[in-house]
Amino acid sequence: MSIRLEHLNYIYSPKTAYEKHALKDICLEIPHGEFVGIIGHTGSGKSTLIQHFNGLIKATDGKLFYNEENIYGQGYNMRKLRNEIGLVFQYPEHQLFEIDVMADVCFGPKNQGLSREECEKRALEALKLVGLKEKYYHASPFELSGGQKRRAAIAGVLAMRPKVLVLDEPTAGLDPKGRDDILEQVAYLHKQTGMTVILVSHSMEDIARYAGRIIVMNHGEIMYNDEPKKVFAHYRELEQAGLAAPQVTYIMHELREQGIPADTDVTTVKEAADEIIRALEAGMPNALDDKMSKSRQMEKEK
Amino acid sequence: MDMVQTEKLVFEYEKRDEDGNVIGASRAIDEVDIDVKEGQFIAVLGHNGSGKSTLAKHLNAILVPTDGTVWVDGRNTKKPEELWNVRQAAGMVFQNPDNQIIGTVVEEDVGFGPENLGVPTDEIWKRVEDSLKAVGMLSYRHHSPNKLSGGQKQRVAIAGVVAMEPKCIVLDEPTAMLDPVGRKEVLKTVRKLREEKKVTVILITHYMEEVVDADKIYVMDHGKVVMEGTPREIFSEVEKLKEYRLDVPQVTILADELRKRGLDIPKGILRKEELVSEITKILQK
Repeated sequence: MSIRLEHLNYIYSPKTAYEKHALKDICLEIPHGEFVGIIGHTGSGKSTLIQHFNGLIKATDGKLFYNEENIYGQGYNMRKLRNEIGLVFQYPEHQLFEIDVMADVCFGPKNQGLSREECEKRALEALKLVGLKEKYYHASPFELSGGQKRRAAIAGVLAMRPKVLVLDEPTAGLDPKGRDDILEQVAYLHKQTGMTVILVSHSMEDIARYAGRIIVMNHGEIMYNDEPKKVFAHYRELEQAGLAAPQVTYIMHELREQGIPADTDVTTVKEAADEIIRALEAGMPNALDDKMSKSRQMEKEK
Repeated sequence: MDMVQTEKLVFEYEKRDEDGNVIGASRAIDEVDIDVKEGQFIAVLGHNGSGKSTLAKHLNAILVPTDGTVWVDGRNTKKPEELWNVRQAAGMVFQNPDNQIIGTVVEEDVGFGPENLGVPTDEIWKRVEDSLKAVGMLSYRHHSPNKLSGGQKQRVAIAGVVAMEPKCIVLDEPTAMLDPVGRKEVLKTVRKLREEKKVTVILITHYMEEVVDADKIYVMDHGKVVMEGTPREIFSEVEKLKEYRLDVPQVTILADELRKRGLDIPKGILRKEELVSEITKILQK
């Protein structure tokens, strides 16, 4: 089971003055159950790309297979595809409209033609999954805080029980706690339900922490498609493409320049701490004071 | 000299029923005192709904206090006759660049502000050129804003404010929608404006890395100022910041983690250079 793109091209407003080749010869496979990050500068084609996944945009040419079926083939059931691939747009809270949270989350399953009881059952399940407190279920969605609104909006997509969840910058504009909460919840969902998660983000730190693989878009083309360590090793090229590496990666490079033999393929705080300690121990066994060897001793005994 | 000063500032949003009758009020700002000197770089942090943006809107009289007073450049924002002076003293830049750009050509957009102030035409062109130069966008003056990247659009929006020659610029999450390089461009521009034009800067943001150079940080929670101090003072209180739904820069987290594991690293590390030099020091001991 997978999403597979073969030589996919997309051109906006072809044969007009506004013609723009937004996606160029994209070849890509996302197997089921993966957590994939997509990064790229503004205008690199990220959002255009993800709207192909559930057929909202039809490629100018090339093929897109979902579970080995060509979605552009004759008689393909687009409705089924959109039920299985849930797309959470940027600022999804702008799409809330019902009188209360419950009704809003029920909207998706209702459109899938499910019974009222089933809709509510799925809505409750989705609201639990996003961690929204029960007291808000019957509040107007407009009375919620920014982070809560966004959870409600994500629940609206989850209530349709998608097999693939695509999120386009789900944390833009949220405070740090709201950011961590939403991403932790998505990671939990990924683990619990085994669904595929495709996360578009401008935060290199977040992507490094959660994604197992990163796709880098640059001017409509795939620049890299690899595990985070390998992608962020190209930090200079990433900067040329409007991006960056996580802060800790830069620290490791700096340490190396200062002659400390630390590995630079580090992308999270924990990895960086481990690597710095390792490098210090390896480089200068005597440099570590007693307190430190003691605390490490204690850790080992535990 | 004081650029912005608030004294026991209170702002209440009225709640109304369907017929428009007032049925209560919610207090978005609760007795806030802040004090910004001319030329300072001030940062305001706080979670979503903490009152940051409501505060910002008081600084150029989009909102006026329910209670208490706001002075901008020595003028009371409550006085209707001061409105234009207040707005000219303090310019605002918002989160979404697309909502702030109205011209079809970059230079027209930047000229819109001074034109509204009644600045003579020759002077407008001079200011347009100056401010586009200040944000590094002069070569795009004849371009359509639609075709610019997010960071470029935001710099054009900043140029539009700069062209009005305000003494103070208030930026409300100007980088929230930008990619990493766009963020860097905007921050570099802000820094340059401070140095070259001596503009007072008030920056509201959710990115902790952006405020390590601030002269002072205010942390807001439930409409109140709950912490106030230099970046080093504020970011050494990791636990307290977490309670307020905030965070510290990733470098600071790493330094903390290393200290917990027994390395001799001082508290309040804010920049990667500082951490690297502390680690090299340990090696040299």
